[in-house]
Amino acid sequence: MAGFKEIRSKIRSVENTKKITKAMEMVAASKMRKVQERMRAARPYSATVRNIAGHLAEANPEYTHPFMVKRDVVKRAGLIVVTTDKGLCGGMNTNVLRSVTSKLREFEERNIGSDVVAIGSKGVGFLSRIGARIVSQVVQLGDTPHLAKLIGPVKVLLDAYQAGEVDEIHLFYTRFINTMSQVPVTEQLVPLSAEHLRPDWGTHGWDYLYEPDAPTVIDDLLKRYLESMIYRALAENMASEQSARRMAMKAATDNAGNVISELRLVYNKNRQAAITKELSEIVSGAAAV
Amino acid sequence: MADASTMHIDVVSAEEEIFSGEAEFVALPGESGELGIYPKHTPLITRIRPGSVRIKIPGQAEEELVFVAGGILEVQPDMVTVLAETAIRGHDLDEARASEAKKQAEEALANKSGKIDYAKAQAELAEAIAQLQAITRMRTKR
Repeated sequence: MAGFKEIRSKIRSVENTKKITKAMEMVAASKMRKVQERMRAARPYSATVRNIAGHLAEANPEYTHPFMVKRDVVKRAGLIVVTTDKGLCGGMNTNVLRSVTSKLREFEERNIGSDVVAIGSKGVGFLSRIGARIVSQVVQLGDTPHLAKLIGPVKVLLDAYQAGEVDEIHLFYTRFINTMSQVPVTEQLVPLSAEHLRPDWGTHGWDYLYEPDAPTVIDDLLKRYLESMIYRALAENMASEQSARRMAMKAATDNAGNVISELRLVYNKNRQAAITKELSEIVSGAAAV
Repeated sequence: MADASTMHIDVVSAEEEIFSGEAEFVALPGESGELGIYPKHTPLITRIRPGSVRIKIPGQAEEELVFVAGGILEVQPDMVTVLAETAIRGHDLDEARASEAKKQAEEALANKSGKIDYAKAQAELAEAIAQLQAITRMRTKR
């Protein structure tokens, strides 16, 4: 009967696909653990920077950094969009880009221009296709997040903010909740709100000795703080990516298994039908003789 | 937290926690000269240059050495925090990195009109979502 060979080769091809998705699932699972560790390792730094910046803000109430001043009229906004470099990780990039698109539209309705910094090639591709104004980008981030790669692209936007060209900066990424769930989030990065800089522990009555002077140190610290927030976003995004990929590949493997069992059923049915037909032909042939 | 003869020291970078523990003495390269810090130091905050941080741990003859590529030092009477850089920084270097990222974006961006094609964006996102939904439906069907 026709179709035997086709079905058999189809089963083989799906089996091969299943092997690949299974392998990708396991790779993602092992990478996931590493990236999660990375993500946790970044926490003490941002907590410490926040504490020190909080102390400083408390000790120097007269000095407010431009990063902390809310501007009355917003003419241009900056968006930092963190996506993955590679696909096959379910809907996480789509979800982030959807919230970016709605934000861009909201800005346009309010007559606010937007500059975008794209981190990760999926975001770069999408945003340039739809014609967003990308002021800087970074792709090919690898499996471990590195702060050095972020300094340049982020500086472009922070400089624009300090020069008064951009009045707000928003950060978009996928937050890692646990290995089963990741959610797209939007955070306002600049201007920093006061509660961002509240230290974790109590107040104190003394001030620091500064070298070289207070404003320089505060400037440096706030820059580090923002960088560490973006770094954390990237680390969370990477952890989300691996988890999402693991889930997507697990789903693909399961689906491949289902397809294979369905095809087997069809194959066996066909085989049985062919045997029955042949038998009945022989029997009827014998009866005729 | 610590008794009178020791202080707590944390060396952290944006990418990892490098060192955390009690110490009797810390020496590090401050921006305006080498700094040696004993417990009960007056509160101080300064930038540090690239170099090594030497940490004297109580009850251990050998000093712990940590290399840092610059950073910020915060001193409180009973604790010392070093915010270490993970990359060598400098105004020119940062500037070069920024212009590199800008250049890449400019090369990739053919039309710089700033007009956003929402129809295209929506179509593309809707397609991706439809695909995902198809996959989940296929899964739940069975």
